[in-house]
Amino acid sequence: MSEENKDKKLIVSVSPHVRDEESVSKIMWSVNFALFPALIASFYYFGPRAMFVTALCIGSSVGFEYIYQRSLNKKISVQDGSAFLTGLLLAMNLPPDLPFYIPIVGSFVAVVIVKQLFGGLGYNVFNPALIGRAFLLIAWTKYMTVWKEPTAAFAALDAKTTATPLGILKEEGISKLIEAFGTKSDLYMSLFTGHRAGSLGETSVIFLLIGALYLLYKKYITWHIPVSFMATVGLLAWAFGGKSGLFSGDPVIHMMSGGLVLGAFFMATDYVTCPTIRKGQIIFGIGCGALTILIRLKGGYPEGVMFAILLMNCFAPLIDRGVKPDLFGAVKKKKGTEEKK
Amino acid sequence: MVRADTFERGVHPHDSKGLTAGNPTQNARLPKRVVIPLSQHIGAPAKAEVSIGDEVKKFQMIGSAPGFVSAPVHASISGKVVAISDFLHPSGRMVQSVVIESDEKDEAIALVDTPDFMALGADEIKTRIKDAGIVGLGGAAFPTNVKLSPPKEKPIDVVILNGAECEPYLTADHRIMVEQPKSIVNGLKLIMKAVGVTKGYIGIEKNKPDAIEAMKKASEGEPGIEVRPLTVKYPQGAEKMLIKAITGREVPGKGGLPMDVGAVVQNVGTALAVYDAVRFGKPLIERIVTVTGKGVKEQKNLMVRIGTLVSEIIKDCGGLSEGAVKVISGGPMMGFAQWDLDVPVVKGTSGILVQSEDEFISTDEYSACIRCGRCIDVCPMGLNPSMISILSEKGRYEETKDYNLFDCFECGSCAFVCPSKRPMVQFVRLAKSQTKPG
Repeated sequence: MSEENKDKKLIVSVSPHVRDEESVSKIMWSVNFALFPALIASFYYFGPRAMFVTALCIGSSVGFEYIYQRSLNKKISVQDGSAFLTGLLLAMNLPPDLPFYIPIVGSFVAVVIVKQLFGGLGYNVFNPALIGRAFLLIAWTKYMTVWKEPTAAFAALDAKTTATPLGILKEEGISKLIEAFGTKSDLYMSLFTGHRAGSLGETSVIFLLIGALYLLYKKYITWHIPVSFMATVGLLAWAFGGKSGLFSGDPVIHMMSGGLVLGAFFMATDYVTCPTIRKGQIIFGIGCGALTILIRLKGGYPEGVMFAILLMNCFAPLIDRGVKPDLFGAVKKKKGTEEKK
Repeated sequence: MVRADTFERGVHPHDSKGLTAGNPTQNARLPKRVVIPLSQHIGAPAKAEVSIGDEVKKFQMIGSAPGFVSAPVHASISGKVVAISDFLHPSGRMVQSVVIESDEKDEAIALVDTPDFMALGADEIKTRIKDAGIVGLGGAAFPTNVKLSPPKEKPIDVVILNGAECEPYLTADHRIMVEQPKSIVNGLKLIMKAVGVTKGYIGIEKNKPDAIEAMKKASEGEPGIEVRPLTVKYPQGAEKMLIKAITGREVPGKGGLPMDVGAVVQNVGTALAVYDAVRFGKPLIERIVTVTGKGVKEQKNLMVRIGTLVSEIIKDCGGLSEGAVKVISGGPMMGFAQWDLDVPVVKGTSGILVQSEDEFISTDEYSACIRCGRCIDVCPMGLNPSMISILSEKGRYEETKDYNLFDCFECGSCAFVCPSKRPMVQFVRLAKSQTKPG
């Protein structure tokens, strides 16, 4: 070797020596970013209280992750955006009006118990934000089912409480629901824009879809889970959701209300807890959709997206075992070779 | 819009070929010393036929092939044999090598021209290919005459020349297609004759329009030879992918070979070497090497004598630049990083890539698999690299076989896209080393 290069230390590592620019934190922050339109809409509809709940969730989620990793001498990973995302998703799944300690407990359950105790990002079996929410729903059922009427005004701090569209649909039927919103098209429009009661981030279909389109465009999510999930809900709602026999239900109401759009595009698509193989993701989406409708129509809760996704999370590893990608060269053997054996 | 063939899945790394694509091939400086490994191919190593102190001439055979799957090696310069011992090979292994000190005369033994080369029989062609020590020049270095001698129960009906050169940065195949298209076509005709087929394809990625043009022109009026533009995608140049792209046939999994679907694939560089060997009797003693990357001062396509040390070649290209951090023998997707620059160029060396700091991405601190499924989406073999890596990481090597571990040819597409920067190829190699196929 020439003398001037003799002391040069070279890096030796295994191929490939070039890498894509994508990274975990880039993906996580992009999903956070994609949720912002819907978040802003929730601030608009539910006022300062929504901002307070969101800040509490994000702050405590990031804080708990930091404290946990710090106290166990693990590598601090809060900057990767996943704890921020858990906090944000948890907030979007909560009602606007809550005592301050409830979001904090929810964040603790989500980040420490569901995520970190299972080994951290990549190892959790369940979607942390959804378990956080499920825990809160069971522990503080009263607070977790008080819904505020959207006021579209920061001034009205003492907004009335009301039922969610799905709550009205379940308790009083579709005619009452349409009556509450005026006409059927008023109802659709309210659902689409998000002018209705519900969890912080689940209400505004249009703003959720804007974020979802961004994620689809960036290829951070694919159509497989959201489409199979939404289509199954629509189909089953149409088939079994009506009072006057089969195929008399209103699929649009079911597809646009509750946490379905948020769940289908942002929660069911959580990489860690959904199947990795596209064919399996379609099965997963159909399962989520079927369970959602089962709970909504026959269960004790008006809404079923959360439990549906959590239940299907259990099956994700099983689906991945059963579904294989299309192996190259797995062409059917010619008859002749089969006979030789 | 030109029709372009391709396979399913795969990745799109930035091709970075602009550094050298327009640089005509130059002859490298005659080396003062060459280290010629006796094993530059898959199969039995050659047996040394010279002793220390012997004077040798260029083209002289210095290592004979002891078996069927083997290839002889030849002196690439004239001079004196000064050592026969184990030396570092670019693959990282120590390989017995013959070291020749140049007498700077570059004297050659006489070669015999056969202008009527197309009149030769298949056996004679194969003998000449074998005697010239020709191996696959795309990188895998499988003895060419063996590939051209499939067993009788596997009839071959098509020969495919691989001009895809899908590895980023490399332009060696590109240059020879532009510069010596006629010889490549002649090489293809000889290969077709050797295996007794009438249909030949030349597959070239669309990012080399001048090569496509040149090869089309050179094969005009040649019945049965067709140039096929291919989509720019990695690993388009992998044998199985190329066969799929051009013929639509899928080589069966679990150890299937191209001959199982009636195809023989040869690199365009190999075809050129075949022509030189059959026509002129020229043994394989030199090859084109792309010297590239921002870590080297001048990027070049060089005609290099086999056995020239990488350090000499880098000197020939102005030396390393300030920020050079990594030297790779081969392309960035499948090449080997070198820790010592005193390794020789061997028959399979298609390029020397010197990465500078800003081209280098550290993967030291990889994180857990987040199961995003990207690796599954890009794996050209339809495997589940995510599961293989997770199982291998946990030491559950046997279970990786349920995921068709041995169908993986380590193209690195999964590692390329992995957002957690996991060392997927290492996990695969680890699992392969701890288990047996089957």
